[in-house]
Amino acid sequence: MKAITWHGKHDVRLDSVDDPEILNPRDAIIRVTSTAICGSDLHLYDGYVPTMEKGDVLGHEFMGEVVEIGPKSTLKVGQRVVVPFPIACGSCYHCSKQQYSGCENANPADTQDIGREGMGMPMSGIFGYSHMTGGYSGGQAEYVRVPFSDFGPLVIPDDSIEDDKVLFLSDILPTGWMAAENAEIEPGDTVAVWGCGPVGLFAVQSAFLMGAERVIAIDHFPHRLALAKQFGAEVLNYEQSKIYEALWDMTGGIGPDATIDCVGLESHGAFADNIWDQIKVSTFMATDRPHVIRQAIMATRKGGRVSMPGVYAGFVDKFPLGAFMEKGLTLKTGQTHVHKYLRPLYTAIAEGKIDSTFLISHRMGLDEGPEGYKHFKEEQDTYTKIVLKPGMAATTAA
Amino acid sequence: MGQQEQFMPERDDAPVTAAKDLDSDRALLAEAVTINRDPDDVYAFWRDPTNLVQVMENVAAIERIDDRRSRWTVKGPGGKDVCWVSVITHDVPGEELTWQSEEGAQVANSGKVEFRDAGPRGTVVRAVIAYDPPGGAIGQLIAKLFQREPRIQTRRDLHRLKQFLETGELATSARNRRIHEERYGDESQAEKQA
Ligand SMILES: NC(=O)c1ccc[n+]([C@@H]2O[C@H](COP(=O)([O-])OP(=O)(O)OC[C@H]3O[C@@H](n4cnc5c(N)ncnc54)[C@H](O)[C@@H]3O)[C@@H](O)[C@H]2O)c1
Ligand SMILES: [Zn+2]
Ligand SMILES: [Zn+2]
Repeated sequence: MKAITWHGKHDVRLDSVDDPEILNPRDAIIRVTSTAICGSDLHLYDGYVPTMEKGDVLGHEFMGEVVEIGPKSTLKVGQRVVVPFPIACGSCYHCSKQQYSGCENANPADTQDIGREGMGMPMSGIFGYSHMTGGYSGGQAEYVRVPFSDFGPLVIPDDSIEDDKVLFLSDILPTGWMAAENAEIEPGDTVAVWGCGPVGLFAVQSAFLMGAERVIAIDHFPHRLALAKQFGAEVLNYEQSKIYEALWDMTGGIGPDATIDCVGLESHGAFADNIWDQIKVSTFMATDRPHVIRQAIMATRKGGRVSMPGVYAGFVDKFPLGAFMEKGLTLKTGQTHVHKYLRPLYTAIAEGKIDSTFLISHRMGLDEGPEGYKHFKEEQDTYTKIVLKPGMAATTAA
Repeated sequence: MGQQEQFMPERDDAPVTAAKDLDSDRALLAEAVTINRDPDDVYAFWRDPTNLVQVMENVAAIERIDDRRSRWTVKGPGGKDVCWVSVITHDVPGEELTWQSEEGAQVANSGKVEFRDAGPRGTVVRAVIAYDPPGGAIGQLIAKLFQREPRIQTRRDLHRLKQFLETGELATSARNRRIHEERYGDESQAEKQA
């Protein structure tokens, strides 16, 4: 089959690899009909995530048609399913607490030691996201093997709902939603959101649905900011304005009640701390560039909440721990517990309460995946979200 | 001051695995895992040693001799199998099992596994294993048998036990059989299961 594979920093290819097979009783094989490139994939593309191996099949946002099932799968051949990016068993203690991204059984025993060393605990299994999370082949491919298929995938009962509407249930919609939930929004709150990528845009939409009175969205790409404005957010372009000063003034010297970091470890911008972080990262003195989370902590009102869906992978320097403590802040974060949100968010989409397609800027064939990565990395303003359709012929070849 | 000291025993309450004054290649190791099943279920699975071959990576075969004794075959260095007979010496159903290798074993070992009720979390399984000290010929053989640091091997085996009892299968991240064999070796768990 054809698949998008990782070969190193900024080296992503379309390869021919051998097909997936059923290995365990609860497995299913899915023929991928739609799959997306995520901001998290850019961290792999830019070489920030350790334990990637040459030839790894990428992709953790995907959906498709069931083509084969193991004896213990409850799916039926021919069903349309959306697959959550974290792999969860449904029967461990963490799963019973609905903390699905903490599932203890999806990461094979042999790949748990790395996480235990680096993070104190093994990480759970994730599709197409390094060997620390198992080394599972991802969904930017024609076919994918899905473990625990009796538990994870959401069957889309209604054929009239097109792929694009439900594809993002696999990750970024629940991620934006959980980010807003973690911000513990109260009616009347002002919420500031850093990053107007797909995650930030869904966080903006979710924050309003949860009762925020004002949402202030921050980025530097005019088109992405315009999408946030479309949902009623006030926008700040950090190339035009000083973010901390603007937030202070706009909230009457109180600060936003809640702040959400939808940027993560690759913060852009020529801020003094960020430049220093870039030097340190390039000389291996630090691993992440945490400009946004620093700024969010400084800006949040006393007693406020900080939500951090943005991904960090290692260690950060100059974390304003004093401000965090003195102001009595709360920080909530984590890989999204996607399974928990699948059904309620599917219903919200079906009932038209959530717009789940507005952010798609490009649809391409799988063959164009490597080009897609390049565009998504270098032209973020226009390439807000790329959906790859393995069934679609390449347009560039024509 | 003297009085306060009476309340503090010589050692704290930490398990032996956390002791700072044991050297790292000690001949005693302990590992624990929490399994979301009743102690009785986990005990019953362990009590029939032929079940364990599925989750123990370096064990090639376990044969039942009688209710208390079983013959263990471990793939040895250079393709030579190493065998011993293991005897259950103490048995508290649902709570604890102690075993010891029979006289004359090539690799003398003994151990204890406890099954502790952990309420809604299931059962804490704690294994303590003692074996001939490393350094000598036997120790080196042990190191080879375990293939990796014995404690890591034990941790992984206990985790496989957890996966098997909680999900009914052993997680593999491989895309297909070929990659599975490459990644987990041809004596793969899936094959032992089959
Ligand atoms: N927690 C989870 O489970 C989860 C799931 C999906 C994605 N993520 C993470 O969420 C983050 C965002 O994902 P995405 O797909 O939206 O990525 P993206 O790269 O498309 O968007 C990031 C946005 O942040 C903006 N940005 C960069 N520096 C900034 C700064 N200093 N101030 C304000 N904005 C800034 C960029 O211009 C860009 O628009 C990533 O770190 C991703 O890994 C987490
Ligand atoms: Zn994603
Ligand atoms: Zn689980």
